[in-house]
Amino acid sequence: MPKVTIDGKEIEVEAGANLIEAARRLGIEIPHYCYHPGLSIAGQCRLCMVDIDKAPRPTIACNTLAADGMVVHTETDRVKETRRSIMEFHLINHPLDCPVCDQAGECWLQIYYMKHGLYDPRMTDEKVHKPKAVPLGPHVMLDAERCILCSRCVRFCDEITGTGELGIFSRGDRSEIGLFPGQDLENNYSGNVVDICPVGALTDRDFRFQVRVWYLDTTKSICPGCARGCNIDVHVNRKRPHHAGGRRVARLKPRFNDAVNAWWICDVGRYGFGSVDDESRIRFARQRGQDLTRDDALGLVIAALRDHAPDEIAILASADLANEDLFALRRLAEHRGIRQVAFRVPPATPAADDDFLLRADRHPNSRGAEIIGLDGDAAAILARCRAGSIKVLWVIGHDITAAGWPARDVADALEHVGSIIYTGTNDNGTSALATLVLPLAAWVERDGTFTNFLGRVQRFRAAVEPLGDALAGWDLFGRVLGALGGPVAGGRAELWFRELARTVPAFDGLSYQSIGDGGAMLAGAAPTTAPEPPARRANAAASVAEVSR
Amino acid sequence: MAETVLMRNFGRADSHTLASYRGAGGYAAWDKAQTTEPAALVDEVKKSNLRGLGGAGFPTGMKWSFIPKSHTGPVYLVVNADEGEPGTFKDRYLLERDPHALVEGMLITARAIRSALGFVYIRGEYVQPWRRFSAAVKEAYDAGLLGRGFDIVVHRGAGAYICGEETGLLSSLEGKKGWPKIKPPFPAIKGAFGQPTIVNNVETLCCVPPIIERGAAWFAGLGTKTQGGTRMYSVSGRVKQPGVYEASVSITLRQLIERAGGVSGTGRLKAVVPGGGSAAILTADEIDVVMDVDGCRGAGTMIGSAGVIVMDESVSIPEALLVLARFYAHESCGQCTPCRESTGWIEKMVHRIVEGHGRKDDLDTILDVAKRGGGTTICAFYDGAIGPYISYVEKFRGEFEALCRS
Repeated sequence: MPKVTIDGKEIEVEAGANLIEAARRLGIEIPHYCYHPGLSIAGQCRLCMVDIDKAPRPTIACNTLAADGMVVHTETDRVKETRRSIMEFHLINHPLDCPVCDQAGECWLQIYYMKHGLYDPRMTDEKVHKPKAVPLGPHVMLDAERCILCSRCVRFCDEITGTGELGIFSRGDRSEIGLFPGQDLENNYSGNVVDICPVGALTDRDFRFQVRVWYLDTTKSICPGCARGCNIDVHVNRKRPHHAGGRRVARLKPRFNDAVNAWWICDVGRYGFGSVDDESRIRFARQRGQDLTRDDALGLVIAALRDHAPDEIAILASADLANEDLFALRRLAEHRGIRQVAFRVPPATPAADDDFLLRADRHPNSRGAEIIGLDGDAAAILARCRAGSIKVLWVIGHDITAAGWPARDVADALEHVGSIIYTGTNDNGTSALATLVLPLAAWVERDGTFTNFLGRVQRFRAAVEPLGDALAGWDLFGRVLGALGGPVAGGRAELWFRELARTVPAFDGLSYQSIGDGGAMLAGAAPTTAPEPPARRANAAASVAEVSR
Repeated sequence: MAETVLMRNFGRADSHTLASYRGAGGYAAWDKAQTTEPAALVDEVKKSNLRGLGGAGFPTGMKWSFIPKSHTGPVYLVVNADEGEPGTFKDRYLLERDPHALVEGMLITARAIRSALGFVYIRGEYVQPWRRFSAAVKEAYDAGLLGRGFDIVVHRGAGAYICGEETGLLSSLEGKKGWPKIKPPFPAIKGAFGQPTIVNNVETLCCVPPIIERGAAWFAGLGTKTQGGTRMYSVSGRVKQPGVYEASVSITLRQLIERAGGVSGTGRLKAVVPGGGSAAILTADEIDVVMDVDGCRGAGTMIGSAGVIVMDESVSIPEALLVLARFYAHESCGQCTPCRESTGWIEKMVHRIVEGHGRKDDLDTILDVAKRGGGTTICAFYDGAIGPYISYVEKFRGEFEALCRS
């Protein structure tokens, strides 16, 4: 493994690491635009120049592999002067419209100008004009004047999705990013080009003009959109709620995890958070349309569970619940001897895996629900309802009136059930028919863990307060359990997890600490890596075919 | 007068045909090369001091020796016939008048570097050269010269200057946008379609048959200590007889202008571009320079593609610079930021000056911008552009200042 010296500090890096990565490991940031660790080397922004001993002039760090004995300087006068020049070149035709640009505050032109530029502008001629506010697809808007032509978005569509919608057209300072004729940027990963755009050229049509980024808070989370469990950051707007019509969650951004999703997330997940601040959110408990206090509502649930025989009670749990919630629910079912518990309600329109991250199973925690032991037969429960054997049906999160079951069967079942309790985040067809409705905190409003389809347990954290009287699942189930005299783990999600780890062997040895930010595997599950992007797989297949020919 | 090597057949009737070429002893070098070991061919070219005649002046034999010996897959020979350097029109003559010299040069080179496939990338605007060369390739196939271990694919460019840069050419040849590639890897290691590739200029390869036929010592003796042979100088502008002149690389610029009939127009020389648009300009006092790679380098300019542009006293240097500045702004591929942005910026400044709206500090800005961008890009395009930017302004500053507001 080569040892290099950067700014006087020596470091050993793996063979194949470039100087940007080697420096990063030493805490030295070499400024760059076009380089991205997930994409090929383009070497065109020319900002990452460093001095290398024995090299006659500054060299780009992105395309220089760390070699044994190499001595690198990132802060010589010559390097600083080169950076200043490159920054000036990047900015001469830039519109400098920061006050109306969504990227302001997280723009690498701003950051690097302040750090490495600070020259007096000399360009007095008319700037080059290019198309502005061009929709590239459903999610992405292009401002070609702001673009610095780093080509990251082009390489993303070529090298990750393999969809190749984007190109750079024209030459010289008339060059611009654009769509190939007849194409739209509408692949399921299009939002990633906004993340990797270092400037305000590509903005998110959903996020545009909602809130200035400096009002956002960031919370580490897990995407609940499918069984992959991509690592994300939730960006919430608590400081200026009036800016986006009260919308608290401003956007989701991928969070790097090499074992799950690398740098990317899909658009289904990215734009799937709308329900959190939707008008359909259930804020308070209600009985047949009348608002109830939380305690009164819980009292009714407790009474229903206490006053009915266990085999008259059925629970349709949800794989949207966290491991902690599901474990509290399992404790509750065990305590009352309720055996009719299931969570797999078939979707109305079955989804399919895509060719990269998105899974057909659009629930984040099916694996957890399965291992925690709630994997009963939902269809059998429906049949028992129709037969009139179920007096209390507790539906959590599902809309069974819009599921993959025949509507007549569902209507028939609901008619025969004495009381339908619905617990969920949002109103739906089922909550409309329910006798009793209790609000549940949305995933951004609570702490917990999901187990992804490969057995990776990952933490998500509360980013905003629950709306109204909404409770986290473990809290709601725990309160009912406690009232019925059952063993309550405690008043924090972590305490329920601790209990889960003690009880369910697959979780043995796991703790919030050991899970950390990157997640941890269930006992016996093989370590995971992020899947190869489709374009890479296609290339690999092509070269295998080439070799075998 | 030096020996005529490259243009030896130009005067023959139907010089572009196989019959005429054979009649003048053509393909004898190839016959000789076929019984010579490839390594010996490389050695011979090394000893001949042949240096690339496309612009960079890199020793040809040394370039050939960079092909990895351990490589077992295909090796490609690519001929750069995308002649686009302003003031250069020599390859056009070779393709039109002696295309078989290139075919023979390619055959020998392919043997030297163990290549079975050659590509000839011809500038899109060169229709007649393309016709002539394609016809020669067909003749060579019919005669069994090609198709027996070596094939030639003729490819036409679409008219971008940057596709004359060797890696821009390779990108274009591969069907991509003609963007130069980052180095390393160099083409000899990973070139066209990811395989080791040698890219040589037309004129360079046309030197190969005479070297093999008559020996490295003879060829080296035609030139200077560090560069062998003769080369074809494209002489244009204010001379009485513009055209292509073959001369030893030891000729001086003054002698060359004399061979082209001397300065026309006012008859008084003002400046000369010695090596194509990208070469720094020389004043009338600087024309005793020897027109080889090192002679020009010593004079602070470059021999480049040997496109000599002569300007008499009536030529406006600012206007001449505007023509070039417009060219570079138009032809910059846009890949690297310094080149993309400053070619346009400098064109705007020069344009403003020529239009009478310049300020004297514009001149310092032009010089500063040009110097800051130098050496910071993927390819040599911008380093070429700054040759004229800096030299025109520095050497003729008074002329620019006279156009500026105070």
